[in-house]
Amino acid sequence: MATVSQPVSVLEALRRVRQEAATYRGIWSWIATVDHKRIGILYGVTAFIFLLAGGIEALLIRLQLATPNGDVVSPEVYNQLFTMHGTTMIFLVVMPMASAFFNLLVPLQIGARDVAFPRLNAFSYWTFLMGGLLLHASVLAGGAPNGGWFGYAPLTEFPYNPGHGIDFWAMGLQILGISSMASAFNFIVTILNMRAPGMSLFRMPVFTWMTLATAFLIILAMPAIAVALFQLEFDRLFGANFFNPVKGGTPLLWQHLFWIFGHPEVYILILPVMGIISEVLPTFSQKPLFGYPFVVFSGIAIAFMSFGVWAHHMYTTGLGPIANAAFGVSTILIAVPTGVKIFNWLATLWGGNISLRAPLLFAVGFIAMFVIGGLTGVTHSMVPSDYQQQDSYYVVAHFHQVLFGGAIFGIFAGIYYWFPKFTGRLLNEKLAQLHFWLMLVGFNLTFQPMMILGLMGMPRRIYTYPQGMGWDEWNMLATIGSFVIALSILVFMANVVVSLRRGEEAGADPWDGRTLEWSIPSPPPPYNFRRIPVVRARDDFWHRKYVEGPGGRPVPVVAGGAYEKHGHQEDEEHIHLPSPSYFPLICSLGLPIFALGFIFKDYALVAAGAVVILYGIYGWALEPATEG
Amino acid sequence: MTHQPRLAETTLETATGLDNRKLMMWLFLASEAVFFGSLIATYLLYRGQSLQGPYPEDVFNIPFTSVSSFILLMSSATMALAVGAAQRGQLHQMRTWLLVTPLLGISFLAGQAFEFTEFYRQGLTLSSNLFGTTFYVLTGFHGAHVSVGVLILLSLWAAAMLGKIGRHNAINVEIAGLYWHFVDIVWIVIFTLVYLLEPL
Repeated sequence: MATVSQPVSVLEALRRVRQEAATYRGIWSWIATVDHKRIGILYGVTAFIFLLAGGIEALLIRLQLATPNGDVVSPEVYNQLFTMHGTTMIFLVVMPMASAFFNLLVPLQIGARDVAFPRLNAFSYWTFLMGGLLLHASVLAGGAPNGGWFGYAPLTEFPYNPGHGIDFWAMGLQILGISSMASAFNFIVTILNMRAPGMSLFRMPVFTWMTLATAFLIILAMPAIAVALFQLEFDRLFGANFFNPVKGGTPLLWQHLFWIFGHPEVYILILPVMGIISEVLPTFSQKPLFGYPFVVFSGIAIAFMSFGVWAHHMYTTGLGPIANAAFGVSTILIAVPTGVKIFNWLATLWGGNISLRAPLLFAVGFIAMFVIGGLTGVTHSMVPSDYQQQDSYYVVAHFHQVLFGGAIFGIFAGIYYWFPKFTGRLLNEKLAQLHFWLMLVGFNLTFQPMMILGLMGMPRRIYTYPQGMGWDEWNMLATIGSFVIALSILVFMANVVVSLRRGEEAGADPWDGRTLEWSIPSPPPPYNFRRIPVVRARDDFWHRKYVEGPGGRPVPVVAGGAYEKHGHQEDEEHIHLPSPSYFPLICSLGLPIFALGFIFKDYALVAAGAVVILYGIYGWALEPATEG
Repeated sequence: MTHQPRLAETTLETATGLDNRKLMMWLFLASEAVFFGSLIATYLLYRGQSLQGPYPEDVFNIPFTSVSSFILLMSSATMALAVGAAQRGQLHQMRTWLLVTPLLGISFLAGQAFEFTEFYRQGLTLSSNLFGTTFYVLTGFHGAHVSVGVLILLSLWAAAMLGKIGRHNAINVEIAGLYWHFVDIVWIVIFTLVYLLEPL
């Protein structure tokens, strides 16, 4: 009878899994979760683990370059290190960190109970995880990708790069692209359709606005790299000629398609962080954001213009003076809306009642470092100047100034700001300040020497350099700086561990916040809002707490700021929440199987992957759930 | 506590008044436009750049492809009939058109399969030249999209036969229709640029 009882026990196990998933306890409740807050936490924790991986890769690179004729790693390993470092930090750290914030905050900021498509949201997370794992699985299959994060063809074509690394890279990015696209569709629909009554577009918090702009960038930029990656894989796997010079293919096609995606991508990385900064500054200055419409419209302007600047990555490829001049002008122009934002942030601080807590420190650090990054970027927009800087360490210094000095500082501002909302506890302030100062010093010690090295002529992507070039001291300084950064990250991790256990209780509104997420308990209940709020103003929660007194100073409303309390049991039972589902995970699991089948040309594996994906899709569609 | 009307719990409650899934389909089609835009741009970039044959004029059979294009365009008409019937609640007609549309799609795919085999026999492969590379990948991706559409429509037809599609959820048919029309429009662009304008 064993054959009969077997399926019954499987069904029984599945039933228990579903039960557990519905109770919000245990591992299965995380695996089948469709709650945007839990998905946000999964995104954040996973991205942080990838940050450690990418960070260790960076430390190895710096160790190798610390002294001339370094021999810490071989040239082959060095190529894999810088490729994986760049790919990891962009696709597996900064983008998913932004996704973590989208997930945690957008529904709360617009007064919704979840996103428009909760299961699609879970699918985005699992697909991101699968893409990251597939990318790293390359190490088991004979070596990580080694063509740089930009993967220039024909360098990445089969005759010049016959290992499987590039295939894993292309397939991994393709899967990560599916994840980003699904998430972007979801958040556009959520922001446009799920706003609480009264939450008109121009009452939305700026972070939500920047999420919207970023999501549009993602859905319009990712298809270009998807096509480029398909073309590369058709060349590598099936002998097509897209980038094959022997049959007349041109390497410029890859560069155009890659950078049509690649430059908007830069803004995909930075716009969410600009949103975070626009939330932190007003709260810690106790002032509304200066020039809200300007900050919003400059964000939209950046998003539009980012599609018209890609060829500034290609000045030295011989596009000709007219194309170079046109793209030079558009690149200079995009600095204007960016500058508008900087001045509005400074004006927000001006005359404010400033409390210099960790979130504000990181936000101000972001402004200072990002301005340096932006200005060095303007020097690249000048064609003759760029001819000198192309492929030098100055470029490396510039984009780290933007993506680390900008994005990572801003992400930490957001972590310190919203950590109490989602854990119920404040991070330790002293450790936070130590983290900030160590990171600021370490950051500048690492990347300012790279600016000088670049101007002295040190090229990018070299695994070592001879003695006597005058580069030794600067390289050693940069390496020391990178270890100071690593130390600061350790301080942050210690802070999280300590504060999760013994941190100060945060309460609903520890920072005297302005937006709706601070009006509900910390951590928020699964249904977010017991009653859907009715919004009457921009910074609605602030206006519930304060009225304007003499001289424009805020005066607390008597009995104002009535925070939502946890409701009675029977109250909560009436709130309908989307049911947990494991079909998103099944769909995601099929993708790497499908991709591996193509990488190893094992069509049985392709078919197996397709069956898993189709099973997931049909299970999803036929599941008796009420929402996407 | 008063009970809200049933309708307010579904589509009309969104802030824009648009159904969530319909809005998402429009956004998806926007990204698909960039996807096919990039593929078509690649085809045009390499147009006339092949270093060796077979060239387009050696293999193209315009009358044949015109017929299969006509079949695909007619499937847009039957798709529109299916959507209309679903919205009016004419279930019998809806089922008919939900079957005819994917059958027309399959006919188009059969034409494409015939065309690919014929070109292959005349020596045009994915690797023979830039034309082979760009032609097969561009039209192949379009064919893959038609196949997905066929799968969606047949699934809808099966659901309709089980009585699960009616006036109340006609939006399902409408959204599938948006996708189907988009794929047809892409074919109009491909047919014009790749086949009809080839002599230019």
